[in-house]
Amino acid sequence: MESILLNKYGKKVILLGNEAIVRGALEAGVGFSSTYPGTPASEIGDTFSEIAKDANLYFEYSTNEKVALEAAAGAALCGVRSMVSFKQYGLNVSSDSAFPLAYIGVRAGMVIVVADDPNCWSSAQSEQDSRYYARLAHIPMLEPSDSQECKDFTKIAFNLSEKFSIPLLLRTTTRVSHGRGVVTLGKIVEGKKRGRFNKDSIRFRNFPPYIMETHEELHKKLNELRKISEEIDINFSLNEGSKNDLGIVTSGVAFNYVMDALQDLKLDLPVLKLGMTYPIPDDKIRNFIKDLKSILFVEEIEPILEESVSALAKDVNPELEFYGKKNGYLPRSGELKEWHVLLAISKITGVKSQFNPIAQKEEYKKLSIVKRLPVMCPGCPHRASFFATKSVVGEDAVFGGDIGCYILGVYPPFETQDFVFSMGASEGVIHGIKKVSDQKAIAFIGDSTFFHAGIPGLINTVYNGSNPLIIILDNRSTAMTGHQPHPGVGITGMGEKSKVINIEDIVRACGVENVRVVDPFNVKEMEDAVREYLQKEKVSVIVAKRECQLLAIRRKKREGIVIPKFGIDQSLCDGCGICLYEFGCPAIFIENDKFFIDKDLCTGCAVCVRICPKRAIKAVK
Amino acid sequence: MPKKSNKGGEIMEFNIIITGIGGQGVLTLTNIITWSALKEGFDAKASELHGLAQRGGAIACHVRFGDKIYSPLVLEGKADLVFALEPLEALRSCYFGSKKRTVFLVNSHRLIPSSIFIAKEEYPSLSYVLDSLKPFSNKVILIDASEMAKKATGDTIMANMYMLGYSCAKKLIPLKRESILDGIKEAIPERYIELNRKIFDLGFEAK
Ligand code: SF4
Ligand code: SF4
Repeated sequence: MESILLNKYGKKVILLGNEAIVRGALEAGVGFSSTYPGTPASEIGDTFSEIAKDANLYFEYSTNEKVALEAAAGAALCGVRSMVSFKQYGLNVSSDSAFPLAYIGVRAGMVIVVADDPNCWSSAQSEQDSRYYARLAHIPMLEPSDSQECKDFTKIAFNLSEKFSIPLLLRTTTRVSHGRGVVTLGKIVEGKKRGRFNKDSIRFRNFPPYIMETHEELHKKLNELRKISEEIDINFSLNEGSKNDLGIVTSGVAFNYVMDALQDLKLDLPVLKLGMTYPIPDDKIRNFIKDLKSILFVEEIEPILEESVSALAKDVNPELEFYGKKNGYLPRSGELKEWHVLLAISKITGVKSQFNPIAQKEEYKKLSIVKRLPVMCPGCPHRASFFATKSVVGEDAVFGGDIGCYILGVYPPFETQDFVFSMGASEGVIHGIKKVSDQKAIAFIGDSTFFHAGIPGLINTVYNGSNPLIIILDNRSTAMTGHQPHPGVGITGMGEKSKVINIEDIVRACGVENVRVVDPFNVKEMEDAVREYLQKEKVSVIVAKRECQLLAIRRKKREGIVIPKFGIDQSLCDGCGICLYEFGCPAIFIENDKFFIDKDLCTGCAVCVRICPKRAIKAVK
Repeated sequence: MPKKSNKGGEIMEFNIIITGIGGQGVLTLTNIITWSALKEGFDAKASELHGLAQRGGAIACHVRFGDKIYSPLVLEGKADLVFALEPLEALRSCYFGSKKRTVFLVNSHRLIPSSIFIAKEEYPSLSYVLDSLKPFSNKVILIDASEMAKKATGDTIMANMYMLGYSCAKKLIPLKRESILDGIKEAIPERYIELNRKIFDLGFEAK
């Protein structure tokens, strides 16, 4: 972390891709940064949060990505360089404002970082390729392939953004965001931290008929940027003198797989690596492809370069053959791996690799390897909420899922996520279900998610009159992405105190009459609340309030509070297995048909004590 | 120890898979080794997994260092060292290894996922793990790092540092002790350095 603030020009350090982006922003004189936490982008915001005071810049965790983008735009309109960062779906949330922002433009450099997650390593929902947004919203885009490029491209993005008064997109993927690599430091620049909004009656008001003017102007900017794309050295080709007539076009992390595969195969195929993927350098591409016989496209997620480059080939090299995702040489789903690239090149050229990943996988498939799925932590308050709810309603209720740690309720023993769409969708969808079905319906939504997108859904439920039970799992944190604070906690991204906004107050203000705050560790009370509220004719809300256990443990250790440990009294335990099969605390295990608690894992929540019918679980030394 | 390149001998690269369970210090180890490689004068890259995967799930991180490193990921079969903090996870990542070049350093301490009990599955026996690793490894070294760490600190969490010390002393990683100690200084918050170093030394001096 310290290396991010090091002002040692030319020194080499190891940085995570996300940290390198922050470093790049510092070297570009960023003054304002905002985010809503989302993996794989989370560490950008978290790094800013850690250094903001020392680096003398402003950082905030905004309530959602749309607000985050708008805030960063506000700063850039006042002449302060700004950065907003989020995961792929964050760009969807912010898109309503991102599109007009391209027309309106900026007065100081503004960079929008979007992190895609091929393979959904750290997120649910979809394998979205955000590069389509660049084309859709007409926002230029750079795609770094490692930590060094993360830093360098961020600086380039700020400069281009400011020069052309247009925001720039920086697109990473998980292996770039969460890749570590060597970065050579540049100079940190003190940028402007304060600015002023100077009115511009045509541009900023963005109102018809001026929109047609700004749209026209936007295309002029893009034409200028197309020229930049032709000249800029982050769009480069390798092995131009090669005698091979198969060329490779690539971008982002995939470039690295190409280089390694070529080394493994001892081939020197011509490679065109694009660092700026919107607008693409048409002439440079034409020049690259004109004498080739075939092209392999190696890119992460969708065949976007494949589509645009093959369109260009029509006039310069109509005979050119294409290999890529569209004809099955590379996979259409999941993340790209070096072995995919190796096999594709082998298949096209006939050159064999000394590695045989297919045989390797075949051998592997013969093994029986049990799964180890992610689980809610021992002592997680969500587990207690799920247990209490299920003990009352059983299997037949519909359980609306949402985005957060509680998504892990999807697995047995709970299976309390019957559908998952997007942030806040548990409420919207459950309302629709309730309107057409008589089933019991319960939506589970987290605290940070509620602030992010849960409020309109709740108001809609009240306004349009359906009666689901909504359980807000308030663990006082945005836990899944790394325990960032939110408005209900009253701590800002700068680490300062602010007003605590109570979820139950909002719920009441939305017109909900049945509202109760319950501590989910109090299983009986939670069960009673669920039982009572499921009978109501109007929507009801339970706020299950209990600090995330990871935070609680950290806090208790800090405060010197002893964390109790529990054990099972074998003379009382009759082996019913409720604590393991129905509650599923990861600290509980079975050996020789007897149940035990792993003291190293137990966090002392004592919920198992309350649910054990034989009262066999007791505090131990 | 360092592997020669396929290109004809002069380029060096070394590939490590570090695998275990979220919370076992896989990420810390990844960061330390990447820094240590830089301290030794190498180019280095690593790939980590954050978020969902960290909640008690299985994780495998990659570290590669050498003269010039492109991909942050190790190619299947091309690992030189598989550093497994848990036996089942050694097995899960075994396809990164091959008979030709791969050493597996495995912590014998088992962590049994509770989902196994709920789904009524079997956790594999240690002998099944060792047998299954054979086609993917040149050598398998089993040590009870958790037990050693627990003896020294009362907690199993430092098993990662014990194994790092061990792998350095036994030259399973082609990095000098000083480089790794420098790497620890860079990658670990100051107040934990002493304890980490102590356990590293314990592993370093192990028989
Ligand atoms: S991090 Fe907190 S909220 Fe998430 S699973 Fe663990 S205890 Fe539960
Ligand atoms: S007290 Fe019981 S439920 Fe809580 S962490 Fe320990 S074993 Fe698990």
